[in-house]
Amino acid sequence: MLRDITLGQYYPVDSLVHRLDPRTKLFGTMVFIISLFLAKGVAAYVLATCFLLAAIRLCKVPFSFMVRGLRSIVILLLISVSFNLFLTPGEEIFHIGFLKLTWEGLRTAAFMGVRLIYLVIGCSIMTLTTTPNELTDGLEKSLGIFKKVGAPVHEVAMMMSIALRFIPILVEETDKIMKAQMARGADFESGNVIQKAKSMIPLLVPLFISAFRRATDLAMAMEARCYHGGEGRTKMKPLHYAHRDRVMYAAYAVYLAAVVVLRMVL
Amino acid sequence: MSIKVENINYIYGQGTAFEQYALKNVSFEITDGQFVGLIGHTGSGKSTLIQHLNGLLRASSGAIYYNGENIYAEGYDMRALRSKVGLVFQYPEHQLFEVDVFSDVCYGPKNQKLSQEEVEARARFALTQVGLKEKYWKQSPFELSGGQKRRVAIAGVLAMKPDVLILDEPTAGLDPRGREEILDQLARLHKEQKLTIILVSHSMEDIARYADRIIVMNHGEKMYDGTPKEVFHHYKELEKIGLAAPQITYIVHRLRENGVPISDDITTVEEARTAILDLIRKGGR
Repeated sequence: MLRDITLGQYYPVDSLVHRLDPRTKLFGTMVFIISLFLAKGVAAYVLATCFLLAAIRLCKVPFSFMVRGLRSIVILLLISVSFNLFLTPGEEIFHIGFLKLTWEGLRTAAFMGVRLIYLVIGCSIMTLTTTPNELTDGLEKSLGIFKKVGAPVHEVAMMMSIALRFIPILVEETDKIMKAQMARGADFESGNVIQKAKSMIPLLVPLFISAFRRATDLAMAMEARCYHGGEGRTKMKPLHYAHRDRVMYAAYAVYLAAVVVLRMVL
Repeated sequence: MSIKVENINYIYGQGTAFEQYALKNVSFEITDGQFVGLIGHTGSGKSTLIQHLNGLLRASSGAIYYNGENIYAEGYDMRALRSKVGLVFQYPEHQLFEVDVFSDVCYGPKNQKLSQEEVEARARFALTQVGLKEKYWKQSPFELSGGQKRRVAIAGVLAMKPDVLILDEPTAGLDPRGREEILDQLARLHKEQKLTIILVSHSMEDIARYADRIIVMNHGEKMYDGTPKEVFHHYKELEKIGLAAPQITYIVHRLRENGVPISDDITTVEEARTAILDLIRKGGR
């Protein structure tokens, strides 16, 4: 049940996308997100679809696995689509009470839906093909310039990598505690909202205790290995751009330019 | 009254890159009053297997019968099964959550929707069974020592009055005295309350001393199933899969190699002691 969370999970296969420098992927995801917001008109969306399809093909992660990440946004998707469908003023198709379905609404809702789905799939591709460590390394290096103005880039990156590293551990822990309480007759599914919230106590209390225990243990282990922040810290695997990364950057530039041109022309 | 497992398979992450057989075609039957030791290397499928026995995991294929009823049948009451087959997880103290020991033990029977008096009676019974002194009952479970917490957690399952008690490494991380106490209490429960016990353990000494039947798991498959004497007879094969027989078995085999006519099916120190004393007495005469 809890294992279904795919957003933020690494899928280990060997592909071109997996081998890319994390900075390239981060930048690519950013370009893709920007392009989605710039996109106007069907042509631009077709272009974005092609870009996404290419990424999906190249990363060798089963498509079904990416789609699973969408489950978490189904409600958000439904709400935003239906709001756009019924509350956009324009030429009416039909109406139920005060709710009017308009051609303009249909159009905005469709683009909105597609945009949201693409956003999630695009981000999933990045997290599915990049290990949390690579991701934070990439972030730390890309944001390195902010160190000059005193931003704690290393510390934030370290916190992020620890947080990401602990997601699967805590998911597993939750699963374990849930099972242990179920073995004692706990019921997490039935009942009304208040009963459900109450049934969470036997799950949350042990979970918090274990999270704090792990945090103290980890802090101790880090200190025992003389961790003292980012000052003078070297990397075991420093990041280097390869030929494929340069090719990708060129591809991004062409893609983004095309989207911008389409926006200006249409 | 029995648990019957028929050809169960369990596949992790079906349909993904992580797909892996955790259990392969496992079958056995555990009858009432047995004390079964379940051993196997880390990742051999022991923990997965025991979670099937009370329906927490559902087998990918195969069937499990509890008292002749298929637990995968439509409308089967899983919660009733879970109160009949009590499962104590590894490090069970990590599941404690209540403000005091007594209320925590009450959690299980309360979920069984029993009356308040019955719930309290059962909690008292369970805490007494695990040998936790009454002065601790109103304390916070988080103030207790590791061994005491462990006993509170075991009491939490015992309070549901299960017929079968499954324990996953109940002595992991405890000092020798704590281990002994918990195992002795289990042996007593087995004897006095006629509980069927399934004990998952890494310690061959513990298993040899308490279990009357051993099931050995290897890579998700059942490898051996028999009395301790039968199973430890295969000590060379057990070594190959990263396990070992009790140390005393090795001593006995070495004695035999050196020409001492001692029986080779000895599995506990007590048996060895008697046998060696017998031999000395005979030799002395």
